[in-house]
Amino acid sequence: MNHNVNILYFASLGERLGVAKEVFNINDEKVSVGELKNMLAQRGNDWKTQLLSPTLQCALNQTISDNTAELKDGDEIAFFPPVTGG
Amino acid sequence: MISVQRNDFDQHLEYTNLLSHGKTGAIVTFVGCVRDFEGDDKSFILQHYPGMTESVLNKIEEEANRRWPLIASRIIHRIGALKLDEQIVFVGVSSAHRKDAFAACEYMIDILKTQAPFWKKQGGQWVEAKSSDLEAAKLWLKN
Repeated sequence: MNHNVNILYFASLGERLGVAKEVFNINDEKVSVGELKNMLAQRGNDWKTQLLSPTLQCALNQTISDNTAELKDGDEIAFFPPVTGG
Repeated sequence: MISVQRNDFDQHLEYTNLLSHGKTGAIVTFVGCVRDFEGDDKSFILQHYPGMTESVLNKIEEEANRRWPLIASRIIHRIGALKLDEQIVFVGVSSAHRKDAFAACEYMIDILKTQAPFWKKQGGQWVEAKSSDLEAAKLWLKN
């Protein structure tokens, strides 16, 4: 299965990684959020530290998600640190 | 009703909008402001996640209205660059009785602080989430 997902990186995470958003192509069948994180972590030490951090938050199509959620073509995934509004 | 906006809000106008002729016994409002922080760089910026911010604030407001008998409720959160002492967030509720109004207002700001996708950058440093905020939200989510 060949699909594209839109990935957004917010706040300190986006700054550290030097990217705010990207279109990521996935070739495998049935990729979960956790598996996507592992793929991105391969990019280098910074990516590994940030993406595999236990405090990292994730939203799939604008709803908070865990690592088990499965991705489909056109999905929007956002990674961000714990929120600090209010 | 919820809003995410750059421009400032008028507390008195929001108060007037919460009032419902003859029915309102209590109005409780909260405003969060930009408090001073260390360093000479006093820049303060709020980043947000357009789309998700609005849906989360709507969910928080809906849940507050489900838990307490509110007549009206309002959340306003600003984004972008702000200065010291400026207003960041407004949470207001009206109801027949004060117990419901106090509880609902506190609930909404406590939950907003741990769930609404905003991030503060002050003096060039990203603010870190506080465990005390997480503990406050947990108390509400227990029930």
